[in-house]
Amino acid sequence: MQPEVFPLEIHDLTVAYNKRPVLYGVDLQVPAGKLIGIIGPNGAGKSTLIKAVMGAVPLMSGWIQIFGKPYKENLTRVGYVPQREMVDWDFPVSVMDVVLMGRYGRLGLCRRPGKADREIARDCLEKVQMLPYADRQISNLSGGQQQRVFLARALAQESDLYLMDEPFAGVDATTEAAIVTLLQDLKDRGKTILVVHHDLPTARSYFDMLLLINMHVVAFGPTEQTFTQELLQKTYGGRLTILSEVAQTVRGAE
Amino acid sequence: MKLGANRAGLGIFLLLLILSFANAEAARIGDIVETTPMEQAARFFSLSDKAVQLALAGSVLLGISCGLLGAFLVVRKMALVGDVLSHAVLPGVALGFLWGMTKNPVAILIGATAAGLLGTFTVSLITRTTRLKEDAALGLVLASFFAVGLCLMGMIQKLPTAEKSGLDKFMFGQAAAMSGADITLMSVVTILTCLLVIVFYKELLVISFDATFARTTGIPVRLLHEAFMLLLAFSVVIALQAVGVVLVSAMLITPAAAAYLLTDRMHRMLILSAIFGVLAGVAGAFFSFLGSNLPTGPFMVLAASTIFAGAFAFSPKHGVVPRWWRRRVKGDRIGRENTLKAIYQVLEAADFKSEGVTTAELAKHRHNTLETTLRDARKIARFKLVDFDDVRGVMRLTNEGWRQAKIIVRNHRLWELYLTSRANYQLDHVHDDAERMEHLLGEDTVRELERRLNFPQTDPHGRVIPSVRETTTSREP
Repeated sequence: MQPEVFPLEIHDLTVAYNKRPVLYGVDLQVPAGKLIGIIGPNGAGKSTLIKAVMGAVPLMSGWIQIFGKPYKENLTRVGYVPQREMVDWDFPVSVMDVVLMGRYGRLGLCRRPGKADREIARDCLEKVQMLPYADRQISNLSGGQQQRVFLARALAQESDLYLMDEPFAGVDATTEAAIVTLLQDLKDRGKTILVVHHDLPTARSYFDMLLLINMHVVAFGPTEQTFTQELLQKTYGGRLTILSEVAQTVRGAE
Repeated sequence: MKLGANRAGLGIFLLLLILSFANAEAARIGDIVETTPMEQAARFFSLSDKAVQLALAGSVLLGISCGLLGAFLVVRKMALVGDVLSHAVLPGVALGFLWGMTKNPVAILIGATAAGLLGTFTVSLITRTTRLKEDAALGLVLASFFAVGLCLMGMIQKLPTAEKSGLDKFMFGQAAAMSGADITLMSVVTILTCLLVIVFYKELLVISFDATFARTTGIPVRLLHEAFMLLLAFSVVIALQAVGVVLVSAMLITPAAAAYLLTDRMHRMLILSAIFGVLAGVAGAFFSFLGSNLPTGPFMVLAASTIFAGAFAFSPKHGVVPRWWRRRVKGDRIGRENTLKAIYQVLEAADFKSEGVTTAELAKHRHNTLETTLRDARKIARFKLVDFDDVRGVMRLTNEGWRQAKIIVRNHRLWELYLTSRANYQLDHVHDDAERMEHLLGEDTVRELERRLNFPQTDPHGRVIPSVRETTTSREP
């Protein structure tokens, strides 16, 4: 019998910045077709975990495999949504230009995006309800619209595993609803999505599974089994404000 | 900002090879005698002079390469890197000269490129290993490398044996000092630059916009960045002779900055930037020639700055003048609308029994002087909003005047009603806000307001909200 191939498998991963480890001994086997929330306090290494998967930070130890292969050999099967603040939104490009960047990985060096790529980009913009803005320069967009452009770009990558760094941060209610629909849609099409998430109350309803981390994996499993006071307390340590928030959320759910 | 020394070496070797076939003899314009500016201009544009041809070709080439690469520097917020690079090359120029004791373009190119790259490498070394941020590191390296260069240049000037004619041109630039070999070198660098930008446009675009994302899609970010920096160093060095160490960074930044103000698409910005670079280069060479070989650099930079000033003032979207004009037009419109509203209110107070309003009545209503009121009346009369009888001082609203007056009064009262009934404002707080909003509400917003308020007849003060039918034109704020 063949061993199961996971969309994302991490073995004994340790990542350090300036020799100070921020993630210790992470072991993870992410099953296919799940919508997974990555939850943890500030500085817990949530973004670092995503960056490690994308090969953007050096690993101190361990290995990461995407669909059974090292990341570099499976680039096109991974889509990425960075934090919105990471780029300069005054940059002289249109919404369409940004979404087309999602096609670059598939195009390879030197080749320009063609008609088919534009069609795909248009579809992706339609899915996030941003098609009317295709020819606008990106500086005219609101925060929520910017986030939807980034999502459209990730959709244009047509990947099987998506990594999203706080797509819900600072967006309006319309965008939040649009993102939730989109994530569900992706999941229904068999994609695996990992989402760094900050808001505990919504985490419970948005995700199938939760990955609780605080420099190491505290728990990973179905939401109903991991969203417990005990595990969340363990994740957030002794922080009173968060603890009380957790307590309330858990109580409200019971 | 790390640079591959081995790749730099390869590039220099290639250039060396090409140059070994080139004519290394310098052409000079030394025979200019007393002529009028007109004759000089004719001589420049007839291109009959070999030296003029070289100077012009050099200026065009450096304009293109600096314009293209500068555009990426500006959008990547790396303008200061260009500044450091251009100042850090000076010690290399001096060392390249000391090597053969002549102004050998190849020796100078190698020395200058090496020094420039060493400078940018030092910056990244400082930022990586200390707590200092990039701006401090850039300032530090710029000044120290430049100081070393100045010391070396001073020493060279003192050497009795040095055939030093031409080296002083590296400070402020002299297009006429360029030789055939210089032009060959410049052509190679410019062609390489164009190739890089055209072939790897999409990669450079995504690297500049979102380097992390670019890396995740498998684009060789590091390699392309190094190629970019190497070509940037080459472009600075080839521009040195014409523009000078002190000002060469301006040729990277100024045309690109002007282009940035004029467009919001990268490909158009690149084209504009290159065009501006060429214009500035040619203008600089021309004025320098006109003034019998005055330093070229300051003239090129002045020309580029003039282009930038033009973009700053007149750019349709971001320009100071169009913005001021738009504000003025809007201010005038608000002024007219306020006059119309006042006329409406005067008529309303008299139950719309009289058809006209006198300037005296209007002045009293608005607590204004008669002169101001007269001026306002003439203003709206010019727009055919009232028929104004100048002798009797009576204004009669035209059809269009009626329509606009009703719109503005309706907007004001609707908004007051909305604020009091839906946003829980106190009745005495709503007037000032409505004074502003009445001019900004578009026809669509007004419809929405009417619907939400169930098509009200009166405002919170009990006054009738005028109905405006047959309005098809939508009013943009």
